[in-house]
Parts: sequence; structure tokens; C-alpha cells
Amino acid sequence: MPRVFKKPVYRLAGDRGLLVDFGEGIDPGVNEKVRAMARALEKQRLNGVMEMIPTYRSILFFYDPSLTDPETLCNSIEIVENTLEKNENQPVTIVEIPVCYANEFGPDIENVQKAHGLTLEEIIHLHSKPEYLIYMVGFTPGFAFLGGLDERLHTPRLATPRMLVPEGSVGIANNQTGMYPIASPGGWQIIGRTPLKLFAPHRTNPFIYKAGDKIKFKPISKPEYDLIAQQENR
Amino acid sequence: MMNAIKILAPGGFTTVQDKGRFGYQQMGIPVCGVMDTFASACANILVGNDENRAVLEITVMGPSLEILTQMDIALTGARMGITLNDKPVEQWRSIRVNPGDVVTISQVQEGCRAYLAFSGGLTVPRIMDSCSTYVGGRIGGFMGRPLKKEDILETHDAEILSRPRALPDRYIPQYPSNAVIRAIPGPQEDYFDSGLTALFERAYMVTAKADRMGYRLQGTAIPIKRGMPASIVSEPSMPGSIQIPPDEQPIILLVEQTVGGYAKIATVISTDLSKVAQTTPGDTIQFEKIDLKMAHHLYHEEKNKILKIKALCLK
Repeated sequence: MPRVFKKPVYRLAGDRGLLVDFGEGIDPGVNEKVRAMARALEKQRLNGVMEMIPTYRSILFFYDPSLTDPETLCNSIEIVENTLEKNENQPVTIVEIPVCYANEFGPDIENVQKAHGLTLEEIIHLHSKPEYLIYMVGFTPGFAFLGGLDERLHTPRLATPRMLVPEGSVGIANNQTGMYPIASPGGWQIIGRTPLKLFAPHRTNPFIYKAGDKIKFKPISKPEYDLIAQQENR
Repeated sequence: MMNAIKILAPGGFTTVQDKGRFGYQQMGIPVCGVMDTFASACANILVGNDENRAVLEITVMGPSLEILTQMDIALTGARMGITLNDKPVEQWRSIRVNPGDVVTISQVQEGCRAYLAFSGGLTVPRIMDSCSTYVGGRIGGFMGRPLKKEDILETHDAEILSRPRALPDRYIPQYPSNAVIRAIPGPQEDYFDSGLTALFERAYMVTAKADRMGYRLQGTAIPIKRGMPASIVSEPSMPGSIQIPPDEQPIILLVEQTVGGYAKIATVISTDLSKVAQTTPGDTIQFEKIDLKMAHHLYHEEKNKILKIKALCLK
């Protein structure tokens, strides 16, 4: 069943927001359409658009009503959609994220082991093998919503969320896996930690990945973790 | 740049804010910025600044500060009471201050957030094109956090005013404890039926869970229509999005929020976000439904009002 809409669906998000849905649900095809549209629209530099926020299946246009309106935006979007080249082969960037699994960094890895009857090695293998698509980034700075977690690792959230999950923690919640770029409260099952700085506000580019990239986790040892952490000044 | 103020007491929750941080929501960085754009613009204009300069946003309980250089300051927004060397001075007008002066802002009497502007505007490092504090991300503003005792803040060099400025009374907003807030249905109004009627006909109370991330309200339940899913695929939110979580009580998402996973029944118009910012726990909000055309008319009216105020001050 095609999940990409024939025509985009437009929804009003107040007097400064226009939400445009390009398809249904969480689906790589729908998400690719969103990203292709976002890329093409970015080149157009639409007048009056302060921000364009692509997500799983839609783009939110944050506009200045003194410069544009939804009707003008819809027209521009339709023109771009009609000229969008099919099967545009966009090279995919794969971002490698070193992770030190278990040890003091993965306090919940035993929960995942018990839930599925897997060994530590099996969990590390299953988690670090796939290339995870970044569907969108949001919620906290640099928090990536990843698709493609192996079903054998699906594990419910902690019954009681932690007050503070340390920066760099890598965790699992149901069918999702993700990383915590900043220390924040959270209920994910934490299985490891990356020594990389995922959010460095003072760098010219504060982030090392973006929506549409793929994430590949690479298991590292504690000494390797310490070395990279030192280089990253963490 | 020069040292301008030293914090003697920080108040309840005092942060450096400007108009906000745009262009980074797709990386999970919320807009932030002042919650009441009208009051902060007025504060800047009253001291001779461009209306988007960095100011102090003061919440409920005011700070006390020592002045380190000669300049003009102005306090707008919530009615709080302000003294200069223990003598009461007025809000919504420029106040000339000199080194050694002590400015004390007391507790809120009406409204919730006050804005204090300084000649030239506060100087803090620009992070991702903005001076706004994003407390949750620990970035921006003054060291990414609310102010503390002993903090010293700088301002840009600026001329002091040749004569004092005051905002005419007719422009000074009232902050009633029963606010009427206008909203446009959507983006997911099709998830609701009786809930839409409830939202626009009943009053909702502001709960204690009300901050820069969002305002949780309490009132008549707003159920999702039969046959619709309880949540949506996560999507970006706007400041003003009214989200309905499974407990069926509305939350107005505000400036420190980027993503929502529940259906949004309506969106508060940008002009009225300033009014939301001035409501406090226990106040009631009555939503009024308007259409996009009316909302854009009000947006332009608000912009013109600021231009008029600017012209009046320069006259």
C-alpha cells in the first residue's frame, strides 16, 4: 500500500505555522519524500520562511505573516513537488558512533539480557550491526529518532524514569534506540555510552549528524572510551 | 562593552532573553526568547534600543541589582513594584540610574513576567545566533542558566536618552486573572468533536505546572474522537500549540518545546502569547475561536502598535 500521499495535506498551525504532511506513519519512503522536498525547498529560499522543520512525515513551515501566507507557501510547495525528480539518488552519510557497552555505562543491559535471554555479546552484536536511519532530530538538542532496531532487542521503558541520564548514554525504549546528547531525565533502558560530544554548542557545527543520515554503533573498550573522551574534552 | 549590573539577589527565575533562536528547531533546539514580546519590545524602546535587544525576563519574584555604570533602564510587563535606592519609581517609563544605585524589584502583584531593559542591551555571547537562555539545554544567555547572586552582566555601549521616555497609559496592558486567549483550530482539529466545543466554551484553569516549556491547564475533559488514535507520529510544535495528552487536559506548548507526540486541537495566535505569558497558576483562560484572516489582521495591528509606540517615543 502506498504510504506517500498523492497530494500533500496542509494543516494550519496557528497564524505563523503551516504543517504539510507528505504521507502516513513511520516509513522510510515517506521520510525520504519529506527530505527530498526539504532539500529542494531549501534551495528555493522561500520568502518569509523563518524556519523549515522536516520530521517523520511532514514539514512545519514557521513563517512571518508580514512577508508571506499559507496560500503563497502552498503554491511554492506544489511547484517544487511537480518538478521534484523521481529516484533522486542522494548519497547517504553514515556516521559512526563509538559506544562502550555495559560496564558502569550500561546499568540496564542486564534487564535487556533477562527480558530476551540473550548473552551480553549477542546484545552488543544485535545493537551494533544495523545502520539506523535518522528519521528526525528533536525533543532535546541533537536527540535522533532512529529506525531499525532489531526486534529481539525491543524492551519496555523503565517502570520509574531516572531523574538524570548522563550525557552520551545509549538506550532502548520499546522499538526505538537512541542517544542522550545532553544529560536529561529519561526512562530508557541504558545499555552503553558514547564518549563523543553529540551536542557542542560552541563549535561552528554543533552536531555531527542530521536527519537522513544513518548511524552505525561501533563497540569500543573502556580504555578506548577514555582516550576518545579525553580528545573530546569531556 | 562595559560592566553594567551586579546581581545582589537573583529573584525567583531571572534569565537573559532576546527575540529567540531561529533555524535550529530541526536539530532539537527550541526557539526560547521572551515569553511576552510586547512588554519586552516596549522596555527596549523606552531606553532607546532596537526592540529585539537582550533583556532580563523576571518571573514572579524580582531581583535586586547594583548599578555599575550610568544608563537608562525600564521595567515593563507584570506589575511588580520597583524601587531606586529604596524610593518607589514607576514601570513603563525610562529611569536614569548611576553607579552605586540599587534597584530592587519586588513580588508580582498582577501578571507573571516583567522585563527589564538597559541602554544598549545586555551583552552575552551569541550562541547559535541568539542571546536567549535555553535553561533545559544549559546554553545561551548568561552561562546557560538563570542569574545568581554576584553575577556581573555587561551591556553594549550606548548613548543615554536626551530626555526621559514614558509609555502612554492607553498602551499599558491589563493582566486580568481571567484571560481571553484567541486560538485557531488545528493542526489536528479533525481528531476532536465534542472536545472542540468544550475548549472554546468552558474556562480552563492554569495549574502549578506552568513554565516556559508549557502551561498545563485543568478543566472540562477534551476526549479524542472515537476511532482516532491516542497519539500521533511525533511532529514539531509551535509556541502556542494546544496539545491534548491521554489525561484529556490541555497543555499550551510554549517557547522551550520542539516536538509533541499528541494531537493538537488548536494553536494560540502569536499576538496572544504575550497574554498567556502573564497568566499565573490559579488564573483562568477562556479560549476564543478565530480564523486565520482575523489572526493575521491582529498580527499586523500588533506590529503597527509597536511602530506607533516607537514613533511616539522618538517624537
